Amino acid sequence: MNFTLEIWRQFDGSDESDEGRFETFKVEGIDPEASFLEMLDQLNERLSNEKKRNIAFDSDCREGICGACSLVIDGTPHGPQQVTSCQTYMRDFVDGQTIKVEPYRANTFPVIRDLAVDRGALDRVIQAGGYISTTTGPQPEPNSMPVSPEVQEQAMDAAICIGCGACVAACPNGAAMLFTGAKVTHLNVLPQGQPERESRVIGMVEQMDAEGFGGCTNYGECSRVCPQEITIDVIGMLNREYRKAKVKKKPKPARAMTTQ
Amino acid sequence: MLEYWRSTVGKKQIVALTGAILVGYLILHMLGNLNSAFGPGADEARVDWYASWLRDFGEPLLPHAFVLWLVRVVLLGALIVHITGIAQLVKRYREARPANFPAKRIGRSIESIAMLGTGALLLAFIVFHVLQFTTFTIQITPVHEHTVYANLYWAFQKWYFLAIYLAALILVGMHLRHGVWSIFQTLGLDSPSRNSMLRHGATALVVVLVVGFASVPILFFTDVLDPPLTHAALIALPGAFS
Repeated sequence: MNFTLEIWRQFDGSDESDEGRFETFKVEGIDPEASFLEMLDQLNERLSNEKKRNIAFDSDCREGICGACSLVIDGTPHGPQQVTSCQTYMRDFVDGQTIKVEPYRANTFPVIRDLAVDRGALDRVIQAGGYISTTTGPQPEPNSMPVSPEVQEQAMDAAICIGCGACVAACPNGAAMLFTGAKVTHLNVLPQGQPERESRVIGMVEQMDAEGFGGCTNYGECSRVCPQEITIDVIGMLNREYRKAKVKKKPKPARAMTTQ
Repeated sequence: MLEYWRSTVGKKQIVALTGAILVGYLILHMLGNLNSAFGPGADEARVDWYASWLRDFGEPLLPHAFVLWLVRVVLLGALIVHITGIAQLVKRYREARPANFPAKRIGRSIESIAMLGTGALLLAFIVFHVLQFTTFTIQITPVHEHTVYANLYWAFQKWYFLAIYLAALILVGMHLRHGVWSIFQTLGLDSPSRNSMLRHGATALVVVLVVGFASVPILFFTDVLDPPLTHAALIALPGAFS
């Protein structure tokens, strides 16, 4: 298969104020069963041989579970199939097609180089409340902390979030509500998450604001690109938890960390 | 409360709450409007009686037109908070995304995209509507205090007023189809088992509201409703029939 690629290039090292541009590449003889990242690998190999600068992009596990890959393919985060970029295969495209490849577009995700962006903002949201306090010592008696199957399902459906940030890239408002909602839902429905239940949601919402993320207007685009198919029910849960935490009483919120 | 207002999530919830107040008023307004469908009546139009009943509401316990003014103040307050809140939020949302790269439309609804546009046009319509039927500033057709039925009858004889009001109803329908469901989602009153009901419920409410509101001007325009009792209209303004 042959493709014309329009790839975003930014920061070649010479000019830090580089605002980026699209560069056109032609790739030929691509196996339909190659993944999108493998196709980029082949292109990079050719660029290396030609002594040209490689295209920078993120990847790690390449089996759809780590959340490192972060391409916007033809305007859609992760491409057409609602799976991670690494699980997108060239058979999903038409032979001879022009494919536009961009980094995630969000002011909270500054471009490091080409297609690689800094998603540290999501890590700082996690630091602001995405944890539980654990007791050490002997294991507790399991029956002392029962978790019903429904609650367990709800928690696991949210905990499946791999933190890839596609929701932020898909959101017209650049919001991280699906990500934060998933983290809040995951921990707030389980008994282990109860001690920080209120400070968690308040701290994470404040950190989202401090990072400069937008907010939710219920478009639902985040859910449509989420490779883990997390639904916006978690955003409803985030809204509910925030309202309850704020209206009930005033716990001491975790302080928002400084942004970079 | 101020802390709530400062947070993005909290501010959106306040916008949702004020939106809920405005929707609640729209439902009452629509039901009140249906009084005109009873026609001019033998002695007094039912809608004229209803209008004076609204002013007398609560008397002698409360001063004349107290409830009316209370509702007006609450509505104006809700509207101001609703618009200020969303204006501040939209500014924030825009700053969160690079300006030259708008998000591709993957599946978001036309109504949700048009919320700002429909909202702005509705604001313009509300100003026009109040100028016409509350302050009687727009005197293209004769409008006077205490003659609600006659005001409506003469206004909706004109095709352009019918067109303006029906167009405004399309805007209301679009704004609320996304807005009503959004209220529940934003306030966290949703649940997975209830969400499809909320979506369809919002659509059903929109249909009821639009049909209810549209029926009155259409009934006037098609002359299904009789002209107002002539003495009221003619004495008020002799040139009314020209």
